[in-house]
Amino acid sequence: MARNVAPAVDAAGQRATGPPEPVDVAHAVPERHPMRWVATAVVAVLAAQLGHMLVTNPNFEWDVVFRYLNTESIGRGLWVTLKLTVIAMVVGIVLGVLLAVCRLSGNWLVRALAAAYIWFFRGVPALVQLIFWFNLSALMPRVSIGIPFGPEFVVWETNSLITPLLAAILGLGLNEGAYMAEIVRGGLMSVDPGQTEAAQALGMSRTRTLFRVVLPQAMRFIVPPTGSQVINMIKATSLVSVIALSDLLYTVQTIYNRTFQTIPLLLVACVWYLVITSILYVGQSFIERHYSRGSNRNTPTRFRDVLKIRRRPALPPTTGEVPT
Amino acid sequence: MTAPLMAARAVHKSFGSLEVLKGVDLDVHPGEVVVVLGPSGSGKSTLLRCVNHLEAIDGGSVSVDGELVGYERRGNRIHRLPERRIAKTRQQIGMVFQHFNLFPHLTVLGNIIEAPTGVLREPKAEVTERARVLLDKVGLAEKADAYPRQLSGGQQQRVAIARALAMRPKLMLFDEPTSALDPELVGEVLATMRDLAADGLTMLVVTHEISFAREVADRVVFMDDGMIVESGKPAGVLDRPSNPRTRAFLSRFLPAGAGSSA
Repeated sequence: MARNVAPAVDAAGQRATGPPEPVDVAHAVPERHPMRWVATAVVAVLAAQLGHMLVTNPNFEWDVVFRYLNTESIGRGLWVTLKLTVIAMVVGIVLGVLLAVCRLSGNWLVRALAAAYIWFFRGVPALVQLIFWFNLSALMPRVSIGIPFGPEFVVWETNSLITPLLAAILGLGLNEGAYMAEIVRGGLMSVDPGQTEAAQALGMSRTRTLFRVVLPQAMRFIVPPTGSQVINMIKATSLVSVIALSDLLYTVQTIYNRTFQTIPLLLVACVWYLVITSILYVGQSFIERHYSRGSNRNTPTRFRDVLKIRRRPALPPTTGEVPT
Repeated sequence: MTAPLMAARAVHKSFGSLEVLKGVDLDVHPGEVVVVLGPSGSGKSTLLRCVNHLEAIDGGSVSVDGELVGYERRGNRIHRLPERRIAKTRQQIGMVFQHFNLFPHLTVLGNIIEAPTGVLREPKAEVTERARVLLDKVGLAEKADAYPRQLSGGQQQRVAIARALAMRPKLMLFDEPTSALDPELVGEVLATMRDLAADGLTMLVVTHEISFAREVADRVVFMDDGMIVESGKPAGVLDRPSNPRTRAFLSRFLPAGAGSSA
């Protein structure tokens, strides 16, 4: 080995006895990955096969798919799906934060009630809860506000009160609240207890500590699983077709029950579900950036900075005075 | 001497079956700098955390500026105060933590103005101006818009000091403020604390910095095993300790014979 190196130094320079030539790895030959090329070839063949099938199989009836994609009835179904997702998620998130705070409360009764809620609403399938709320009138024909065991002030007929939309919001939202509670609780517990102590030492109230100090930091841990929950919720709204609420799936079903074009109409629904989840995915990454401000030495801190980077990917992010 | 600003009387505190404070009496007078020394596990940090009721005491009493901390006398009985009232007391007591505990999602300026604007409801412009003066005082005027994680440990601790001062506390508690710092950053924090002492701020400091105690403290208190075993002028306690446990503790910091140098 040493004998092989010595002549090379001799050949390169005149000073055979001088120090060895300095090594510069800047122009080193990169590592080879032959298996990556094999894998790429295999995937390319499979993709070609899939593409061929999508184009040539007449049962997809792509012309039917494109004909229905933009129709008004599909649009109405899509609107119901979106509206339901947003309302049920808002109900779920608000309930989730409340329940998570209750579960971490110093009062054992509050803690127990929150735990019981989560136990029940996570334990019963969402589909069962939906049907249950829809059929509430069978359990309680009338709903009223009044003094317990005493006179009633306002009375409603349950059947007129619980519309399919309200049943859907209750069924999906209350169920979501239980899941969100656990996500929020996990987030709150991941924040360093020193943060609460610092806030307390400054004389902040518990509520202020929660909303100004702990929750903003917990958001970093809450947002990613909540994104999954929103996507789950979009798909869970399709359950409401069992209570005859005309969401995207129910609308599609109504049409194919009439025309027997089952596959193309299901594809219409798939396309829309994928479009919504894709948009949400982008939205989530923006929200994540927002809540990660200060968590890293050089993450962009404002939406504006994120946009700047998105537009000009060649430039390094410039925030503060930390060189990147 | 004037009435003490902080008075701890026979303070007892246990964590489960472990008794951490076994009857501690300590006074801190206005303008005084008291340094608490002692081996780890001696209860000095716990004592500090009892002063602003981050830990509830099991017996005895702590009062700041003549008012009980965490409790209230009504007639012949002592009542525990609700959290909201305790928060009110804490607004007068600043605290600096070993691990800084800055709010990482807020800028340096945001950290400092959060409590004065949100808790004391002081106008934002006024507080911001005060915050900039404080930042200048701790030598970090140009870091107002940085986030805590972009600063060194020593800088973060100085921001934490500014944050506590922004509430204009009557008493400042320092819980091992330099213990989490790299050795070369300790000096800048101690220098800031020295300035505050010179300004006449009342300070109760738990630290292992013997030299700081010697130069800055009006009084040094030595704790061991949940009790104060020795107390007095720094020169007396540090150079001529009468208690064998104090002597054993100090011998680990000072080279042999250093006691005679002062």
